[in-house]
Amino acid sequence: MSELTLLLIRLAFLAVLWFFVIAAVGVIRTDLFGARPASAAPKPTQPARSASKPKRGEPRQMIVTGGPLQGTVINLTDAPITIGRAPDSTLVLADDYASSRHARLYPQNGQWIVEDLGSTNGTYLDRTKITRPTPVPLGVPIRIGKTVIELRK
Amino acid sequence: MSADAASAVPMTPKRRGAQLFMLAFAIGIIMAAYASVGLGMNGQVPAGMLTYGLGLGGLMLVAYLVLAKFAPWADPLILPLVTLVNGIGLVMIYRIENAPYENGASATQQITWTALGIVMFTVTLLVLRDHRVLQRFTYTAGALGVVLLLLPLLPFIGVELNGARIWINVGFSVQPGEFAKLALVVFFAGYLVAKRNVLALVGRRLLFIDLPRARDLGPVLVVWGISVGILVLQKDLGTSLLLFGGFISMLYIATGRTAWVLIGLLLFVGGAFVAGQIFSHVGDRFEVWLDPGNNEFYTRAAGGSYQLMEGLFGLGSGGILGTGLGQGHPYRIPLAFSDFIFPAVGEELGLTGLMALLMCYALIVERGLRTALAARDPFSKLLAGGLSFILAWQVFIIIGGVTNLIPLTGLVTPFMSQGGSALLANWILIALLVRMSDAARRPPPQAIQDEGLTQVMQR
Repeated sequence: MSELTLLLIRLAFLAVLWFFVIAAVGVIRTDLFGARPASAAPKPTQPARSASKPKRGEPRQMIVTGGPLQGTVINLTDAPITIGRAPDSTLVLADDYASSRHARLYPQNGQWIVEDLGSTNGTYLDRTKITRPTPVPLGVPIRIGKTVIELRK
Repeated sequence: MSADAASAVPMTPKRRGAQLFMLAFAIGIIMAAYASVGLGMNGQVPAGMLTYGLGLGGLMLVAYLVLAKFAPWADPLILPLVTLVNGIGLVMIYRIENAPYENGASATQQITWTALGIVMFTVTLLVLRDHRVLQRFTYTAGALGVVLLLLPLLPFIGVELNGARIWINVGFSVQPGEFAKLALVVFFAGYLVAKRNVLALVGRRLLFIDLPRARDLGPVLVVWGISVGILVLQKDLGTSLLLFGGFISMLYIATGRTAWVLIGLLLFVGGAFVAGQIFSHVGDRFEVWLDPGNNEFYTRAAGGSYQLMEGLFGLGSGGILGTGLGQGHPYRIPLAFSDFIFPAVGEELGLTGLMALLMCYALIVERGLRTALAARDPFSKLLAGGLSFILAWQVFIIIGGVTNLIPLTGLVTPFMSQGGSALLANWILIALLVRMSDAARRPPPQAIQDEGLTQVMQR
């Protein structure tokens, strides 16, 4: 076995070793750099948006502005959003002050309505405790336990 | 509804294909490494390559199938990465075994232990369908951990080897401390879930740091006492540091208070300093760490720097690209197949190879911490965080030790060093991580209909 062959084997082995590491990072790329922006995302939303284009002044996002989940953003679609400790809620709260099915947000005639689902500690729109389904204006905080959420454009 | 729910709660892809590909890739690298060792040593592909390679490949295929059946949502990367690290360790042990003189390395033994490790991995996954069951055994696990730690101190079954009393002999040698590590992490997780609110209370504020209340120092002092006990009675610096570091990190994960980390560091440094003054085996390590090249230490028979220096020489002669597999002299380092396997790999694969290995460890730990982030209940978060941290911490302690970054403490390099107990314990650790990652990545149950207060769920 000549020196040169051994050198080449050595270098090739190290290269393959690193290729493995790079391949491993490639598998978890979505974790490290966020979801792939190409192909998948824009295509399905394009026709959907033209079909039911949100009008001006309608909220498009729900943002958690306070509490342990601060910074979470949920895009609003036509689907209702459930909030609570139950693991199947849209927004799962790990908060002793929240009930398992605490509140629900749903769209109605272009407005988003918040409804308390019989929670123990109540749902507050700004400073007032809500007792019946109430429309939520843009940027007004909804308080559930330690969590504060807002609708934004 | 289903489309909307999918956009609100993204479905995690299972990535089964990627996992199988990475696994095959890892096995391929290991077989190439075998071939390379043979070519480097005597110019021909070793006869055992196919047996070892396909044996390991078969084992991993079993592990893959178990995973696909019983933890289908588990992280796709953990198994391939562990396979690679374990396999490189095997190849290195095989290489050291083929030295001009007898040195205690045995690749056959190690592959048997690897097979048993896979069996333990499978059994853990089969028995433990829901890891939260462990929370019920919090105090049992704690007691078990302490008993396991104390076993080597018993007369008759306890054995002192290489200056540390950490083995027991029950027909064959077992290092119960390796399993104690797992039991104690389970205990810490369960205990901290229950008490973290109290431990997070702020007593007084000093400069930038919120100090905890003095009366909450109890648990830290108890764990500190235990680890100092290990240090003194068993002369095992590594396990002592491992346990205490693990507890402090979990305390930090549970409470988010930097003060605990500082208190832990101060306690440990203080304890180690005093121990270094009083007990010679600890003091020797410090002397050697500060001046390993000193001829007096190099020639000292017990507690000298000969082994450390041989390791450093090995790393030095390896350089950036290494001498090539089968072409260095890694067997010159005493215990190159166990504690000092890292410098042995460093000599033959060089800095480039070592960095790739470290990246593999880092990725395993990253997957573990990611599991902790994604986990839904505090117990899983703490357990996953604690297990991943303890793995990372162990790699740091031993690699820091053999590269003379910190005083050398005898610990095994996870998955690489020859030794059954450590390999089995670490495979169980990986099974626990995989189980939790399966639970964390499993999509939430989807509602079949969206009207009304009663919801019909599909699991």
